[in-house]
Amino acid sequence: MTTPVRDDAAVASSSRPGVAGGDGVGRPVTSRRRRGGGARGSHASSSRGVAPAAPPLSLGAGLGLGLAVLWLSLLVLLPLAAVIATAAAGGWDGVVRVLTQPQTAAAIRLTLEQAALVTVINAVMGTAIAWVLVRDRFPGRRVLDVVIDVPFALPTVVAGLVLLALYGPQSPLGVDIANTKVAVTFALAFVTLPFVVRTVQPVLETLDRSAEDAARSLGASGWTVFRRIVLPALAPAIAAGAALSFARGVAEYGSLVLISGNLAMRTEVASVRMLGYIEGGDMAAAAVVATFLLAISLAVTLALGLFNRVGGRRG
Amino acid sequence: MSIEIRDVTKTFGSFTALDDVSVAIRPGSLTALLGPSGGGKSTLLRIIAGLETADSGVVTIDGADATRLPPQKRGVGFVFQHYAAFPHMSVARNVAFGLEIRKRPREEVRARVDELLRLVHLEQFGDRMPSQLSGGQRQRMALARALAVEPSVLLLDEPFGALDAKVRKELRDWLRRLHDEVHVTTVFVTHDQEEALEVADEIVVISQGRVEQTGSPDALYDRPANPFVMSFLGPVTQLGGRLVRPHDIEVLGIEVRDAVAGVVADIQRVGNEARVRVGVGGAPPVAVVLTRAELRALGARVGDTVWLRLAAGAATLPVDDAAVAPSGPTLPAVAGGEGGRALAGASSPRG
Repeated sequence: MTTPVRDDAAVASSSRPGVAGGDGVGRPVTSRRRRGGGARGSHASSSRGVAPAAPPLSLGAGLGLGLAVLWLSLLVLLPLAAVIATAAAGGWDGVVRVLTQPQTAAAIRLTLEQAALVTVINAVMGTAIAWVLVRDRFPGRRVLDVVIDVPFALPTVVAGLVLLALYGPQSPLGVDIANTKVAVTFALAFVTLPFVVRTVQPVLETLDRSAEDAARSLGASGWTVFRRIVLPALAPAIAAGAALSFARGVAEYGSLVLISGNLAMRTEVASVRMLGYIEGGDMAAAAVVATFLLAISLAVTLALGLFNRVGGRRG
Repeated sequence: MSIEIRDVTKTFGSFTALDDVSVAIRPGSLTALLGPSGGGKSTLLRIIAGLETADSGVVTIDGADATRLPPQKRGVGFVFQHYAAFPHMSVARNVAFGLEIRKRPREEVRARVDELLRLVHLEQFGDRMPSQLSGGQRQRMALARALAVEPSVLLLDEPFGALDAKVRKELRDWLRRLHDEVHVTTVFVTHDQEEALEVADEIVVISQGRVEQTGSPDALYDRPANPFVMSFLGPVTQLGGRLVRPHDIEVLGIEVRDAVAGVVADIQRVGNEARVRVGVGGAPPVAVVLTRAELRALGARVGDTVWLRLAAGAATLPVDDAAVAPSGPTLPAVAGGEGGRALAGASSPRG
């Protein structure tokens, strides 16, 4: 008699919020955990997570879940729904019209292109920096470790100001990249630097060194060991960091608005273009661009998660 | 292939792991590096493999100087205590790794991997991932992987240390048989004297960065060079100022010439073994091991007076031969704190 009761309770407690929260709660977590399986996967695992602890804890667990869903709804789901609703208000034609408007299309293209470029740079440089921080011993290592977080700690507009002062028209180094695409690359690279470093570093720290020793004793050169043994172990972390860095790159505004010059068709990024729409009172157009970028970001995140799942299984 | 280590010294910061060590390993032999943890035996093995570099000294493999050779050029197979499996590769791919790196033809690789998986009894597990294997299976996979490249030397670092007692025993026997089949020069590190005595042809006892003694298991057990080796290889006790093995003492119910009188302090029966402690007045109590039948024949009980004497041919060392542990005239002439354990229990020691 006790078993069916417990099952009902578990199903009820998981299915009720599951409908509302399945996507919102599950998606970010599952995609980072390289599941990306969508609602069904996350649903199953969440109900499994709740069920064993359910009998005595149902009140606390239910409260926790309710609170999480409420909080996420207020912060993420509702605004998101509002943006999508606004974007959809103009109908399909409206969406197409906004996205094909030459200046907007150029801004979106530049944004995606730069975000992708910076993501690739980060995947390589971030891994290299993490490697140096974990594997090499040199004076100043701890200082460097702290410096990595500076882009996180610095308000982005301040970062923009610093970049403009250093690499703008009055550059003390004689390097003037203001009002060029390179400036966009630079600003994005700056603000997204920590992502891959911070995801790869802990994985590298706990990596079993004896597997590398074994590979070396089997005849592998340093590079082969890295490519065949280390890299597959780091791939999930690199992909997770890369996904974060791409999403951030797509959304970035503060750090590049000063140095990029925002020249229409040349250095104007999507976020600046959106602001232009909002200032012109065209909320619908801004919402369309936002929704489009959101969809791309989500797709990239999911794709990288999928890559993880496949790559994690077979080296 | 022979291995020769000459005057190798290795320090880590202020810690001396190896202090002017010289060892010669015969081709085709199965040699154990035996000693307490932190004694330098693993460091020596890693130096042979090229995974560590000696500060000074020479390593010769098969007559060629290998001191500065990187590990991938040494032709050694290395097996690690915690398997060091490549977690993202199947068992077969793990075993194939060394061959794939050497760009051997696909067919040859497959045939060789099949053969090795059969050798280590994992032929049905080739498609599994290492995480799906038990510890013993993973270690056999690691062995197959090391053997795949046909190394001239096989090195194993505490290969059974992470396994439970039963599996460890099985793998030990299996390694012995494997060595008899494959005949590759093999060196393994262990802190378990029983493992070394059972498996190895040759034992090198290493402690505190120095070689204490080298020889066959029998030679080491019967003719230990010093109290440390004696106590590390088996239980010891003291009788008449000499170190002696508890089973090398005869217990008599009547007085005879040269026997030491004592009073039975306690008797502990474990299986077929009877461990008897005899107080001899003044000196620490003497630990003696008898069989159950011997004890029955003796008929001694706690409080009875008995007479102790050395069995014929017993290996003994003078207790005050304390060159190893110059800690004065007190009991721990047996180096490294081993004496207390051996005396108290006279049990089969687990190094």
